[in-house]
Amino acid sequence: MSIAETATDAGNMHNPSSAAGSGGSGLGRRSFLGYVIGGTTLVAAAELAAPARSEAVIPSLPQVPELYDLEDLQTDAALPTSALISVTINSDGTASFAIPRAEVGQGITTSTAMILADELDLPVSKVKVTLAPARPELMFNQLTGGSNTTVSTYTPIRVAAAIARNALLDAAAIELGYAVARLRTYEGLVEAPDGTTIGYGELAQKAASPDTKQVEVALKEAKDRKVVGRPHNRDDALAAVTGQKDFSMDLDVKGALPTMVCRAPTLNGTPRRLKNRKKIKRMPGVKDVVKVDTGIAVRARTFGQCIDAIREMKVVWNKGSAEGESDQTILAGLRRAELPMVVPNVPILAEQIDADFAFAFRSSAALEPNCAIADVREDSAEIWAGLKVPILAQQNIAQAVGLRQDQVKVNVITSGGSFGHKLFSDAAIEAAKISQKMKKPVRLMWHRADEPRQGRLHPMCTSRVRATMLGNEVLSFEQRNTSVVTDFSHGLGEIITSTIDEAPTDVGKALGGLGFSETIFTLTQELPYNFGAVTQLLNETDDRFNTGSMRNIYSPDTAVASELVIDMMAKKMKMDPLEFRLKFIKDDRTRACLEKVAKEGNWGRRMPAHRAQGIAVHKEYKGATAVLVEIDTRPSTVNRKIRNAVTGPRVTKVVMAVDAGLVINPRGLEAQMQGGFMDGLALTLTSSCHLRNGKFLEASWDNYFYTRQWNVPRKIDVHIMDPGVDQPGGAGEAGVPASAAAVACAYARAVGKVPTAFPINHGEISFKPKTFVPPVPKSPTNGLKFTY
Amino acid sequence: MPKQTFILNGKPVTVNVNDDVRVLWVLRDLLGVTGPKYGCGINVCKACTSHINGKAFNPCSVKVGDLKKKDRVTTIEGLPDTVGKKLHPMQQAWIDRDVPQCGYCQPGQIMAAVATVKKVRREGRQLRESDLDEIRNICRCGTYARIREAVEEGARNMR
Ligand code: FES
Ligand code: FES
Repeated sequence: MSIAETATDAGNMHNPSSAAGSGGSGLGRRSFLGYVIGGTTLVAAAELAAPARSEAVIPSLPQVPELYDLEDLQTDAALPTSALISVTINSDGTASFAIPRAEVGQGITTSTAMILADELDLPVSKVKVTLAPARPELMFNQLTGGSNTTVSTYTPIRVAAAIARNALLDAAAIELGYAVARLRTYEGLVEAPDGTTIGYGELAQKAASPDTKQVEVALKEAKDRKVVGRPHNRDDALAAVTGQKDFSMDLDVKGALPTMVCRAPTLNGTPRRLKNRKKIKRMPGVKDVVKVDTGIAVRARTFGQCIDAIREMKVVWNKGSAEGESDQTILAGLRRAELPMVVPNVPILAEQIDADFAFAFRSSAALEPNCAIADVREDSAEIWAGLKVPILAQQNIAQAVGLRQDQVKVNVITSGGSFGHKLFSDAAIEAAKISQKMKKPVRLMWHRADEPRQGRLHPMCTSRVRATMLGNEVLSFEQRNTSVVTDFSHGLGEIITSTIDEAPTDVGKALGGLGFSETIFTLTQELPYNFGAVTQLLNETDDRFNTGSMRNIYSPDTAVASELVIDMMAKKMKMDPLEFRLKFIKDDRTRACLEKVAKEGNWGRRMPAHRAQGIAVHKEYKGATAVLVEIDTRPSTVNRKIRNAVTGPRVTKVVMAVDAGLVINPRGLEAQMQGGFMDGLALTLTSSCHLRNGKFLEASWDNYFYTRQWNVPRKIDVHIMDPGVDQPGGAGEAGVPASAAAVACAYARAVGKVPTAFPINHGEISFKPKTFVPPVPKSPTNGLKFTY
Repeated sequence: MPKQTFILNGKPVTVNVNDDVRVLWVLRDLLGVTGPKYGCGINVCKACTSHINGKAFNPCSVKVGDLKKKDRVTTIEGLPDTVGKKLHPMQQAWIDRDVPQCGYCQPGQIMAAVATVKKVRREGRQLRESDLDEIRNICRCGTYARIREAVEEGARNMR
């Protein structure tokens, strides 16, 4: 264990509080161990390990996540790792830090710069946070997922920064001729009592240590923070709005010409042979054509010419992985695999609710499609891609092209969104194989049509709930999810096997013998209500699909089902949905969120016909969320016309309350909640993939109905709660489950009927499917007709 | 190979490429202008939105051969120059409202927003909620709420 809590009083070491002039004795404050790394400029480091967990009061029948959740597991996975993360102070007065995580839009480079700036007393603009390339020595400590980045890196980053600041103070004490305790630091300067100042840049080399030494340090207290907790705009906003922010496909890698793959008409079909290779090779711009396991790859001068070539290819295909299957047959398979409920007989006077919901396949694709640049040579390879688990990508690529892991350099590039999609390195592996076969660098991009048809989907699942009530009490609440298998081969699985032993004993027992998916389900699902005997279980079947998590793993579907049943229970007990929830809610933090949205959203106000409010909560990621929405399902709204648009019911107002523990950047958190709402809205109302005869019908954004401006509520308020804790929670996914559930609850109340299949428009196919052979649509040429 | 000439961000450019290659690929793959992004290639996601002669268009759906010598194509990179400033007021509004998340859709969103505001001005009216509802650009990160605020702020500061 590394950043060990020590019993030592931090007072005999540097006391940063007094040196910073902020008072406080330092007595009783925890101190942490870290390192000053030997070298020519100041480098301070800490092990990327876990902050101590705060002890929760354990209720009588806790579910696993209350004791130990996925966040803890990911955080504990850091413990055996001996690798360091380091902060470098540069001679220009800036600090640099390479975070071993991926920036996919969630804003972690900004929030990390804020944390460093606070501890260093340096302006945020002088902190440069970059994304670390694959660092195998970090083992599974380089995975961005489960909204875990800030949860696991918060303390280690601060330790490294605090050590750097102390070393600067030491150096300044010599330069300025005053004791450290009499110096103060601000804005990247050290100031002596006589007003003389010296900049960090000037001190960087003087503070360097010839050899690596272990030091002890205390961290700033909450009251001394100036940056953390205040709204801060993103560090990359200027680059993003001027088109200067480079994504993988924008990088100028010499010789890496546009490359695309002609894919099979059916899911996971593989190529047998290309019948018209000669003709394709002669097409304008085409340079190389090779067969790989996923299809026929073409490299050309432009992507447009790749598309043209794909459309001309005559390929003989082998069968796919789900030949002949459709939504109905897969659903029937799930039904067959469903686990029985354990409460078969209800006490004589008790009432029972049985409910059953189905959730369709959904695409987790980001707006930037799967893509990667690869340059594979005889004895080395270099990859550029948006990767959330770069170490695993490095291993997989090495294996795929027959190189050693250390011969593969993996550069992590900022991604155009992830939502779970980039936990996998599908495109990077594919690009490496193609580059190896072509013996040339390639710039591989998936066509949009490839994404819903061959890309990763959130699995179809069912969720059944049985609740029993006696008088005004709830005796039991059982939830059984049955799902198409979720692929966890991105590393979380390995984290679990290597970490589960370290979980508290009861947890270890509860998880023993479960598979990866069931374990993650058990670690993440927590029903925050006192409903007597509560069980939530997952069962999986059918591994023929390309799946993954999607801005949450199981939570949105589980929350939609459970919150709808909660409304049904309230109705049976003749209670208002809010009143019912408040009566049974387990913990104060979730309750506070619920009360907040009820008040701010004016819960219970009279709504005209076909309109209704809905309210829901979710507890996960070391925090809680509550959402209140108002929905309009009047026919005039549902049938409103916008060219080529699926309109449907409109959510007119949203009020969210989020408790994400210690908030680093409230502006970033608000953005994550707003974005999370848009996902939840789409999951409940509009977005899904239809499987028909072994093929997914959707091929682009005009078929896959992610939330669009015409669906967006005109009013969305986010309230950030202050639970007064010093532990940051997760933000990236926290907004989705309660949003999806609140929209479902509001919809059910507005139309007077609880839907049983989601999204609610999945039953009708409101588009003409695009061609399967060729697998990509023709690019239109009439764009000039639509100028405005 | 035919020579294609048009005006890009204020300067005439000439490229050797077949007529039927779509403008998006000429910009991105041949000229290295990467602000306009690919998100669908069929004129539905609007990530590639740029301007032609001051109006919004989607270069993924226009053949380069259909551009005339005098056609002025403006991408996000050339937007500030259209107002002679370092940043267009719409870009500034985007920064003020901290709109971008991953940022991938944002060049297209901004170009669409500017064109929308100009369009309602041509029609001699104010921006309405319904105009915002009809902005077709996808943001898969779900930044829609801040986009709405930013378009309104940007519009106020556009002459
Ligand atoms: S790429 Fe041009 S509209 Fe989608
Ligand atoms: S900011 Fe990511 S797609 Fe819009």
